Amino acid sequence: MSFITGVGLTAYGRHEGSSTLELMSKAAALAISDAGLKRSEIDGILCGYSTVAPHIMLATVFAEHFGIRPAYAHAVQVGGATGLAMTMLAHHLVESNVARHVLVVSGENRLTGQSRDATILALAQVGHPDYEVPLGPTIPAYYGLVASRYMHEYGVTEEDLAEFAVLMRKHALTHPGAQFHDPITVADVMASKPVALPLKLLDCCPVSDGGAAFVVSRERTGETGVRVRGCAQAHTHQHVTAAPALSELGAEIAIGRAKQASGVAIADVRYAAVYDSFTITLAMLLEDLGLAGRGEAAARVRSGYFSRDGVMPLNTHGGLLSYGHCGVGGAMAHLVETHLQMTGRAGNRQVPDASIALLHGDGGVLSSHVSMFLERVR
Amino acid sequence: MSGGKHALADWTTGAEAIVYQSCAACGAKQYFRRSFCAVCGAPDPEEMRASGEGKVYATSQVVRAATPETRAHIPYNIVLVDTSEGFRMMAHGDNDLAIGDKVTARFAPFAGRLVPYFAKAKS
Repeated sequence: MSFITGVGLTAYGRHEGSSTLELMSKAAALAISDAGLKRSEIDGILCGYSTVAPHIMLATVFAEHFGIRPAYAHAVQVGGATGLAMTMLAHHLVESNVARHVLVVSGENRLTGQSRDATILALAQVGHPDYEVPLGPTIPAYYGLVASRYMHEYGVTEEDLAEFAVLMRKHALTHPGAQFHDPITVADVMASKPVALPLKLLDCCPVSDGGAAFVVSRERTGETGVRVRGCAQAHTHQHVTAAPALSELGAEIAIGRAKQASGVAIADVRYAAVYDSFTITLAMLLEDLGLAGRGEAAARVRSGYFSRDGVMPLNTHGGLLSYGHCGVGGAMAHLVETHLQMTGRAGNRQVPDASIALLHGDGGVLSSHVSMFLERVR
Repeated sequence: MSGGKHALADWTTGAEAIVYQSCAACGAKQYFRRSFCAVCGAPDPEEMRASGEGKVYATSQVVRAATPETRAHIPYNIVLVDTSEGFRMMAHGDNDLAIGDKVTARFAPFAGRLVPYFAKAKS
């Protein structure tokens, strides 16, 4: 068994003058103290990567900086799925007695540490160096391609996609750490500047500074335990040119395997934390995961199904779209929020029953997927 | 690039051509050049020149570009085309292309090189 025993999250947005290592350290200290542990008790470290401060050994760089000498440490790189992939690995590491308390940590000064162009350029490199990148695509364009096809096959409209941006912003309004606190409407999303059609500025997550961390332990350290019930991955391609048909993407495969590994059904889930780099990402993943029928996710947003007081509260912190996206830490905020909800510590964002949660991460262009079920035990 | 022993020049190396590979063992077609077939692993898939005909699978018009070289071209339409030979490729295309349109390739300058560019096929 494994438990998420502590979580730490900084505000996302501008952290002028904070380095990648400082943001990681801040989040790590919060998570370790939340778990009620001393930093000397951490014997494993998994960290993500930083596009601002690339390093071939970031986990050891961090361990030295932070003052830990772990028995196990390395970085993990699976794009946006990195946070959940690290959690899955930490789960297996503590279950197999390799480590007792694994610190999963990431942070990046992506907003203030480099120009927006530099970020867009760095991220576009997930494309094929010979057959895609020379054509000048951007990450929004890769997802814009997928969006155009998804809209074509399932009759989804741009107004439908806008609903997801509006919902994430509504949720962010109640979180003091979120990057954005101005309410938006569907009309605002529709009128926002085109980026890579059909995606417009408000369909896209922002670039942020921030850090997130959690501790995965063999035994629970607090009264309420948040246990990893089961998790699984699927990797079908790297480049959008080589992606399979929409009906064969990895999210469906990963969730199928995770259900099998955990014995949990979608009907058991009470809280959802789903990757939302773009509105299309969230719409597609909700439908791939079975949280809405094909082409029906937007209608469920409109009916309040995914709202804080709805049947399936979703990303109550505001998600990547409105809490912010600092790279690997971006989607780790989803897990931090899930943990707060499951342990009844989400304050004015608290949902009535987050006893079983489904988390899903996506890296690349719907290339790499991790699905995970968490369960509250008392 | 890890081309086979009979590598044909294509647009990725500056020539006005679209090249793909066809596996003699299993018949699979692949666009990204490799020295083996990614489906069955057989060595040296045969290199072939594509006709430049196909059908639009997806489109995204880029309005926000990330470099001065690409910014000079905005807006430009990125398209995925399912070629008549049976492989999918990324290219540029006319801004009015819609999914399902039958298209033909030519080559157009973009950011200091030639890239495949699709327009509606003349019926």
